[in-house]
Amino acid sequence: MPKPKMPKSAPSLDMTPMVDLGFLLVTFFILTAKFRPNEPVLVDTPSSTSELLLPEKIMLVTIDGDGRVFFDIHGKDVRREMINGMIERHPELKLTEEQLKRFSVMGMFGMDLANLGTYLKEDEAVRAKMDQMTKGIPTDSLKNELAEWIQEGYEAFMIDAQNKGISVEDLRDDEGLRYAIKADGATEYEKIEKVIDIFREKNIFQFNMVTTLEAGVDISAESE
Amino acid sequence: MAEIIESGGGEKGGKKRPKKGVVRMDMTPMVDLAFLLLTFFILATSLSKPKTLEIIYPKEVENKDEKTKLADELATTILIGAGEEHLFYYHGKFDPDTTVLQKTDFSKDGFRKVLLDKNRTINERVFELKADLNSKQLSKEEYEAQYKEAYSKIVNDELAPFVIVKTIDKSMWRSVVNAMDELNICNVRKRAILDMEKNEQEAVEKRVTELGLPAAKESSND
Repeated sequence: MPKPKMPKSAPSLDMTPMVDLGFLLVTFFILTAKFRPNEPVLVDTPSSTSELLLPEKIMLVTIDGDGRVFFDIHGKDVRREMINGMIERHPELKLTEEQLKRFSVMGMFGMDLANLGTYLKEDEAVRAKMDQMTKGIPTDSLKNELAEWIQEGYEAFMIDAQNKGISVEDLRDDEGLRYAIKADGATEYEKIEKVIDIFREKNIFQFNMVTTLEAGVDISAESE
Repeated sequence: MAEIIESGGGEKGGKKRPKKGVVRMDMTPMVDLAFLLLTFFILATSLSKPKTLEIIYPKEVENKDEKTKLADELATTILIGAGEEHLFYYHGKFDPDTTVLQKTDFSKDGFRKVLLDKNRTINERVFELKADLNSKQLSKEEYEAQYKEAYSKIVNDELAPFVIVKTIDKSMWRSVVNAMDELNICNVRKRAILDMEKNEQEAVEKRVTELGLPAAKESSND
């Protein structure tokens, strides 16, 4: 095919494939972005200069400004194992297969056991209302459900790790369960201390406090 | 690839021709937009990862008696009261009659200055360590490994100062985190979080009245 004689003009690049590529990459990133599960309560954590990332395998206890306690643990299988353990402890807690399934994919929750069944049955609108009205997971000494969740959560994690064939060394180094506390900046320290004491009774002393990132400081300049 | 349909002398693209109209669009701004969206999504997903501050609590609360046996010259205590401005510190041992509580805050001229002052020797050694390792041209892993080991030795030195963060029930979490953050910034590794003694609490309240500081905000519940 004879090339038509082009008049001398500045070379121009056809951008169409570039656009295709651009949108392809955008689509990729949109789809691989993980969606944040609906949290029953929004907490404004204090800021710190710490740049350590929050590990993935965590047991997260969230404490809002009023001191209400919410609980979450990573992993669908772990959650399933944990709720099974809880049912063994409390035979009066009868849950259907559907409720159990819902529990294992849910995010953080702040229901006492008496209301947990109802919570897992209802639709989103009712659950949102329940989240608003809830007093969180009970932590007083007579009804320390938080301690039970922590115990069952830990055991569930260990069983799950065993099932997945993770060695004891790995558990000690990286793959182990970490304990995180996310609290609102305005929360009174006693509420957090209570949660920490409950953890201490279970021989847990090392915590990851969730913070937002603050600009770093170079003290070599300041101490001149 | 798009074809150029010769339709009688076209030098410029992107203009609607009055004769056999062939619309050619200039795609450059579309590409800009696509890459802008892309950059946004890349940054948004990486920024949303929450950060964490590691805090290790002591095994038994009774340890505080041991702590006071250590040289008092090395101790600094920061007292976190209920209000945002109720921050005081003192060096050494607390004496209800003679200790004067100094007011402080979390600005760079506040508690940080006190800590940098107290921790001067340790910090100088840390800077020396950094300069030394930087001059050696190490790979990232080697640098991290060597730094970590040497750093740990420097900050856990016997003569390194230690700081006690003392709280009351109504202390704000934000203030506690800020205090721990300042300790990290100033390389103070020896630390403890404890409850305030009764006499310390009284001293704080007295000071708050003396300095006319605003009272703590009343909590809406209990």
